[in-house]
Amino acid sequence: MRRIVQSFEESKGMAMLKYVSRRIAISIIILVLISATVFIIFNYLPFDPARLSCGKHCTPEIIAGNRHRLGLDVNWWVQWWRFLEGIFAGRNYGEGAALIHCGAPAFGYSFTQHECVTTLLGQALPVTVSLAIGAFIMWLVLGVTLGVISARFRNTWIDRLSTVFVLVGTSLPTFISGLLLLLFIVLKFNLISPLDLGTWHSPLTDPWGWFSSYFWPWLSLALIYAATYTRFTRSNVIETSSEDFIRTARAKGVSERKVLWKHTLRPALAPILTIAGLDFAGLLGGAIITEQIFQLPGLGRLTLQAVLQDYDLPIIVATTTLAAAFVVIANLVVDLAYALLDPRIRIS
Amino acid sequence: MSNLLDVKGLNVTFPTVDGEVRASVDLNFELNRGETLAIVGESGSGKSVSSLAIMGLHNRAQTLISGEVILHGSKGSTELISASEETVRGLRGKEMAMIFQDPMSSLHPYYSIGAQISEAWAIHNDGSKRDGMKRAIQMLDLVEIPSAAKRAHEFPHQFSGGMRQRAMIAMALVNNPSLLIADEPTTALDVTVQAQVLQLLQNMQKEFNMGVILITHDLGVVAEFADRVNVMYAGKIVETAGVEDLYYRSMHPYTIGLLRSIPRVDQIDNHRLDAIKGAPPSLINLPIACSFAPRCEYSSLVPGGLCNQSQPELEQKEAEHFARCFLPAERIAEVRS
Repeated sequence: MRRIVQSFEESKGMAMLKYVSRRIAISIIILVLISATVFIIFNYLPFDPARLSCGKHCTPEIIAGNRHRLGLDVNWWVQWWRFLEGIFAGRNYGEGAALIHCGAPAFGYSFTQHECVTTLLGQALPVTVSLAIGAFIMWLVLGVTLGVISARFRNTWIDRLSTVFVLVGTSLPTFISGLLLLLFIVLKFNLISPLDLGTWHSPLTDPWGWFSSYFWPWLSLALIYAATYTRFTRSNVIETSSEDFIRTARAKGVSERKVLWKHTLRPALAPILTIAGLDFAGLLGGAIITEQIFQLPGLGRLTLQAVLQDYDLPIIVATTTLAAAFVVIANLVVDLAYALLDPRIRIS
Repeated sequence: MSNLLDVKGLNVTFPTVDGEVRASVDLNFELNRGETLAIVGESGSGKSVSSLAIMGLHNRAQTLISGEVILHGSKGSTELISASEETVRGLRGKEMAMIFQDPMSSLHPYYSIGAQISEAWAIHNDGSKRDGMKRAIQMLDLVEIPSAAKRAHEFPHQFSGGMRQRAMIAMALVNNPSLLIADEPTTALDVTVQAQVLQLLQNMQKEFNMGVILITHDLGVVAEFADRVNVMYAGKIVETAGVEDLYYRSMHPYTIGLLRSIPRVDQIDNHRLDAIKGAPPSLINLPIACSFAPRCEYSSLVPGGLCNQSQPELEQKEAEHFARCFLPAERIAEVRS
């Protein structure tokens, strides 16, 4: 009998492992498909990077040479295959004396900035990650706290006050709230010197500099998200508190405080985790507007520059694929975390 | 048998924009230890609402309650309506417990069965988590859940419907309460499981010498399990009697109608079931008249249209048998047969 029980437990573990590995496999397939899609789209766009990088005195020979150098003289699937290959094996651009090597993982070579894209990403990523993490923590703390409070005191003045915050927060787009913060607080009170905007302070060597240079961008991003999360938390908490199992908890004699913290919040916040994970991943792809306003050289700005200035295909392909990868990975992480949180989906 | 619960003039009212909804009006009954009182009525008759009010589980912000509910617990008597929330909370789960209709939604999906039972124990007892779990397993064993020690660590969704209700019963009884309110405990269960759960409830009642209030609309369950019955209609008790008196000598046209609407195995002829015509009245601004009069087949037997002009009181028709009807007992007996 015990052996049967044991093997049942084991098969449950196996089922979980199978589930996880299947999810990872699916995620990889999705990523490959996304990168292919990106290549197809860019292949059919009415731009010719070879022409654009040609300069004033352009001849068909130079264009053809550029095209070969940029690796654009082959079909999109060959380009795509080389791109995938480069990620794992590194890649060489040009020939002879002009040969440039980008080590793995190589995402391409930007001929406008004369840098391997991986190097550019390496510079931009810490900025974007700093921005995303801080904003994420800020909006989650602010939104969930306000949401729980306004659910607890619903239909009182506290709730109404938070509704006002929600309305203001959601209706102010970041390019307004960010600019307002920058002009009327940051620059007016000289909290960050205009010359210092966008300077990178490493959180490891200069944590205070890092914090103070990111605080206002965090705030301007967090406001809009926090407003949505307040509303979402509030309605989830209210909905959960009318569940039968909450009535059961009260019937057992559980105190109101524990009813809220132990019985209501866990199921009420579980769905918020899903959305939070995806929102965070979205931000990791680059917060274009906020980065632009606060002059932060992150992924969003890198992408924007690549699009606006030179149609820098390798950068655009890399940042787009990276942003998609973040979302796919976040999806996976959120699903696995959800399984830990909710026993009902542990075995599926 | 000693007195356990006295309900005197209990009113439960929900103020709404359209007027007051009087969900339960002037409810009077008592319950002894070891006794089962069934409260029968259709949806909206006030049976659940009044039991939630007794437990103090109503929404305080949206409900008006008046009257007296006195619980004679093991540590003295308490009047529950005027008692503080903290006092009532201390009695909930300890002196009075409740089980609900749908055990799936009534159990917390995120916590194991054992954890939920042990929580109910830990609120009212000092002891470690381990003691709580031990007690939970002991209770699961008592409600006949096989390999209780293992299953205590499982979650509600891994239990079958009947098992879940057993677990609910185990949770309700973990502190040995003197009063158990069972709100339609078998409605959401398979018919085959219903009997087992009822049998279990009955055994537990004997074991713990509890007073049980059984709320149901299943008259079969009532006949099986109850000692006395309150029949409720439109927020009022319309008939109250011992279970045999009620079944064999019903004194209210509504009860008669209810009993006639039950399919019977001993009558094989293929006729349609007798239904009570019409629908129960809205509980907002009820007119001063017998609430059942518009649906009553026998209101014409009462002289002078009295049924539509004034409200009948709950009057004694026989020893220990009360009904809210103008018709004298002899006339009802004629009608019934």
